[in-house]
Amino acid sequence: MLELKNICFEQNGELILNNINLTFEDNKFYVITGPNGSGKSSLAKIIMGIYKPTSGVIIYNGHNITDKSITERAKLGFGYAFQTPTLFKGLTVWELLNIAKGKKISKKEACTFLSQVGLCAQKYLDRELNKSLSGGELKRIEIASIIAKNPAIAIFDEPEAGIDLWSFEHLTKIFKDMVLDKTTIVISHQERILKMADKVILLDKGTVKEVKKEDFLTKIANKECAKGE
Amino acid sequence: MNETDKELLEKISEQTKEPISAYNIRKNGTCIDRKVSDYINIAAKEHGLEIYVKENTLFGIIHIPVIITQSGIKDIVYNDFHIGKNANVIIVAGCGIHNDDKHETSHSGIHRFFIAEGAKVKYIEKHYGEGSGNGKKILNPVTEIKMQKNSKMTINSVQIKGVDDTKRVTKATLYDGATLTINEKILTNNNQKAKSEFEIILDGLDASTHIVSRSVAIDKSYQEFASKVIGKTKCYGHVECDAIIKDEGMVRSIPEVFAQDTSANLIHEAAIGKIAGEELLKLMSLGLTEKEAEKVIIEEFLK
Ligand SMILES: Nc1ncnc2c1ncn2[C@@H]1O[C@H](COP(=O)(O)OP(=O)(O)O)[C@@H](O)[C@H]1O
Ligand SMILES: [Mg+2]
Repeated sequence: MLELKNICFEQNGELILNNINLTFEDNKFYVITGPNGSGKSSLAKIIMGIYKPTSGVIIYNGHNITDKSITERAKLGFGYAFQTPTLFKGLTVWELLNIAKGKKISKKEACTFLSQVGLCAQKYLDRELNKSLSGGELKRIEIASIIAKNPAIAIFDEPEAGIDLWSFEHLTKIFKDMVLDKTTIVISHQERILKMADKVILLDKGTVKEVKKEDFLTKIANKECAKGE
Repeated sequence: MNETDKELLEKISEQTKEPISAYNIRKNGTCIDRKVSDYINIAAKEHGLEIYVKENTLFGIIHIPVIITQSGIKDIVYNDFHIGKNANVIIVAGCGIHNDDKHETSHSGIHRFFIAEGAKVKYIEKHYGEGSGNGKKILNPVTEIKMQKNSKMTINSVQIKGVDDTKRVTKATLYDGATLTINEKILTNNNQKAKSEFEIILDGLDASTHIVSRSVAIDKSYQEFASKVIGKTKCYGHVECDAIIKDEGMVRSIPEVFAQDTSANLIHEAAIGKIAGEELLKLMSLGLTEKEAEKVIIEEFLK
């Protein structure tokens, strides 16, 4: 179980997250949604340890992990698929998947991760993670790296962005499978993904607005609520 | 040849699919072994070699390594390569210095290439230094290239370790349809210095060159990359200098592109900076420590 208690996050004197209190239970599927700039990615980065909260604590399975580094959290079982995949000079897809897995894996095994995100695998393994890959390809490789890492708490930041319909179908399946043995947190604007959620968390200007999925979906239907992009 | 010699040779050699057709091994300023073939002749001249590759030679593999194990030697060698029409060869050169003493030890390989029409050359050059002494290890290669119609040359040069001071000069003139590709990789640390100078003249219709330099400067090391590409006619030149600096490392890139014809298309790109924070964060979020992430990023960058 992951708990965020009274989390505040300030950047350049601006309050980006304002007193966030959330509990993520094991093997449940959470969707965080909300308008652009509402603090969703910041919240994910705070969970991953990329940002340090200005105040508040993070408790994981009863331990205070607020001061744990990114590496320590990764080793504890946290994983984060970035909203904007990182470009590298020289690092290949194959290397990235090896690092994600934490050990040398066969090309065949690496391929299975790529095929799960709909990439014709062999062709991609030796490609460098640079601009020569399209946005959608990079996004899928980013997701594959988290599938390979297989974390206990997996966070995906707008995984649907830049992904065509195929892939969307597939993506929802990946999430469904994942929930069986882990906590999955997906930042998304997609109704289909929202519908799969055990719990929907709406962020607005850095505060949690509402966590009742049914109400939220009705609101979306009635267009009362911002869907983001 | 003793164990040190063998290890040095190992460091600067390169496995090829085809067997070696001809070679010349130079140690401490003299030839210690040589082999020639029906197609490839290696003849000694004063202070160097004349290497002749016959027309239409296929899969010619030539190794001409230089090793220096005696501290204080200042070796200069002049090698001329005459590559016949439509020949296809791989040349593996390079120099390894093992310096266990306090004397400055250096090697300068002055290489001239005369590449005939339609010939294809891949030139691999590795530089390496080691040894317990504090005597400097210095390498100053000079490469001059003339490329006739539709010939192709690829140069892969690598200097990964242990060379204190190096100045590399590469000059080439390309005629119609000739293509020159250069991939250069350099890592310097401690107080090492490395300079690399290119002057490429595109003097023929559709001649093209593509130069990629990737370098890493660590500690207090210093690197300089000066490239000059001159386009005299319809041609294409692309220079890419990409460097990572760490600690107090410094890299200076001096680009010059000189278009002398409206249809010359010349590009120079340079990017110098520390390891991108984003790259570190991504690898750390996959479980690497910052140090491990840095190591992977540098290794892959230079691979
Ligand atoms: N490192 C940062 N430095 C300064 N401002 C930031 C930083 N990260 C996020 N912000 C700001 O915080 C707000 C929330 O951003 P973000 O968490 O990316 O929102 P979302 O993911 O919901 O679109 C934005 O106004 C953004 O500009
Ligand atoms: Mg975001």
